[in-house]
Amino acid sequence: MSAHAIETKDLGRVYKIRGNKKESKVRKELVALENVNLKVERGELFGLLGPNGAGKTTLIKILTTLLAPSSGWARVATHDVHQSPNLVRPRINMVSGGESSGYGLLTVRENLWMFSQFYGLPSKEANKRIVELLKIVGLEDRLHTKSSDLSTGLRQKMNIVRGFLTDPEVLFLDEPTLGLDVGASRDVRRLIRGWLDANKSRTLLLTTHYMVEAEELCDRVAIINKGRVLACDTPANLKRNLQRDSIFEIETSSLNGLSNKMLADQPEVKKAVLTEIEGGARLELVLQEESALASVINILTQKHIKVIRLSKHEPTLEDVFMELVGQRMEDVEKEESSNASQ
Amino acid sequence: MQVNDSLALPVSEKARGWKLFLKTIVARAYPRIIGQQREKSWIFFEIFLPMLAVAAYVYVYRAIGAPEEYVGFVVVGGAMTAFWMNVLWSMSSQLYWEKEQGNLALYIMAPNSMMAILLGMALGGMVATALRAIAIIVLGSLMFHVQYSVTSFTQLFLVFMLAMTALYGMGMMSASLFLLLGREAWHLSNLAQEPIYLVSGFYFPIKSFNFWVAAAASLIPLTLGLDAMRQLIFPSGVSFGFLRVTIEIGVLIILCVLFLAGAKFLLDYMEKLAIREGRITESRG
Repeated sequence: MSAHAIETKDLGRVYKIRGNKKESKVRKELVALENVNLKVERGELFGLLGPNGAGKTTLIKILTTLLAPSSGWARVATHDVHQSPNLVRPRINMVSGGESSGYGLLTVRENLWMFSQFYGLPSKEANKRIVELLKIVGLEDRLHTKSSDLSTGLRQKMNIVRGFLTDPEVLFLDEPTLGLDVGASRDVRRLIRGWLDANKSRTLLLTTHYMVEAEELCDRVAIINKGRVLACDTPANLKRNLQRDSIFEIETSSLNGLSNKMLADQPEVKKAVLTEIEGGARLELVLQEESALASVINILTQKHIKVIRLSKHEPTLEDVFMELVGQRMEDVEKEESSNASQ
Repeated sequence: MQVNDSLALPVSEKARGWKLFLKTIVARAYPRIIGQQREKSWIFFEIFLPMLAVAAYVYVYRAIGAPEEYVGFVVVGGAMTAFWMNVLWSMSSQLYWEKEQGNLALYIMAPNSMMAILLGMALGGMVATALRAIAIIVLGSLMFHVQYSVTSFTQLFLVFMLAMTALYGMGMMSASLFLLLGREAWHLSNLAQEPIYLVSGFYFPIKSFNFWVAAAASLIPLTLGLDAMRQLIFPSGVSFGFLRVTIEIGVLIILCVLFLAGAKFLLDYMEKLAIREGRITESRG
């Protein structure tokens, strides 16, 4: 049996969606996850990075025993999540960003105490841990505030505390800083890092679509898009693969008929992503050789496009994502949401 | 305090098995018993308004010269409506609410039994509603000078507890059913409210109906519970009774077993369906 905190093999999930009754009685299939193979070591802070709709939440739901896989298998804390959910559940916990769990009529302490009891924590110990964890996230003065009186950010902090309270072997955080301000996000990140550093046998799987968060926190990151894991390594290694290339960002006065293809067809241009912005366009380039920049500038000049700003930068996870997917993450999200609304 | 110091604190042994089951019941009952008292509007909606209905029936009965026992029947019936309302609106629709709030997934993911969660909801609802029912009985008895003469406290206690167990068992069963039906649940609750008031004999003895209507109405545990309680606490209650109290106790025991077993079966089915089809967590994230 595997000693990994989390392990998946050829994991897949297909949703069957009921279509409009008038159109068809046949259920449509939506592939949410496909052949996901992951191994997360104990003590690791593992990140799942991908746009909305990439399959991150589906994966977390399978790993937390809330959803059955359609194919393959997954183990958490060495137990199969589908075959032995009762062995997995005492060892895990999960918090989702923007969740509205708990009861508004109860105070922060009461809500957290209630959830701690579902995990069998001794009542006195639960109350002590609640106070200590609330202090860490700067919420100790809200101990006796009704949770309905909390702002969204403070409520999210309370939810985060709920996840840590039961001291799980494996903790799943699904977009934990979604909707939080800068200060609150920093508090949450401090708690995450502190919790892992305090005990090396704990494991944390975090999903996010904030590149900076993944880069700052995670030991390893899996980049996921359209249900498939495209790459999995440390943030440094993922970026190192790009470091052989040169990354440029150019802001221009207009598009003037310029297309991604025109640029990508140039020799030594590995990737070109053109985005329309207010007052012009932004061009992100991954070049195998810096000399290729000359041919790009040449095209812009021919098209009478004025260069407003040109900068070269070190690769980030955003660049890694762009290299793997061919689009910026925010563009993928825009595309997904426009497809969903159709 | 340093972050690492406090986070390194070990959690001593966590409860398992029956201890965890009991802890879960108490924890889930807590929001209902304590939380619900914080919303003071319950005094108006759950005591004052039912008292108006009770008063209306009392004045009608007195105006038409109905036997004085009917006044007592109405007061006791009015108190018991609180339990029916609680089962219909809070218990049956609760899992659907929990799903909407995001609590249901957390309940399923936790190591506790979902049956303990439902029992906690039922226990909490029962205790919180008992406060309202007692208030209606006390106020109604004082206002309308109701005379009681209990023939057997043991039987009365037994009937009340059986009626509550069967009623909340039915509530637990319908909680899973309503969750599976989704939004239609609200319509079912609306549909069930008034007809049940009528056929369960909240404001008059069900003996007034023909046998088969009363027998069909006995599927709602409050029907026989109320009938038996009236027979046990009013001097001439027996003459208005539908069946003998011992038979009603026997039927209530059967209803308890049926509804609790049905609740367990439907809960297991709901959980399996939810995990297989992702119906608890609709997101396609």
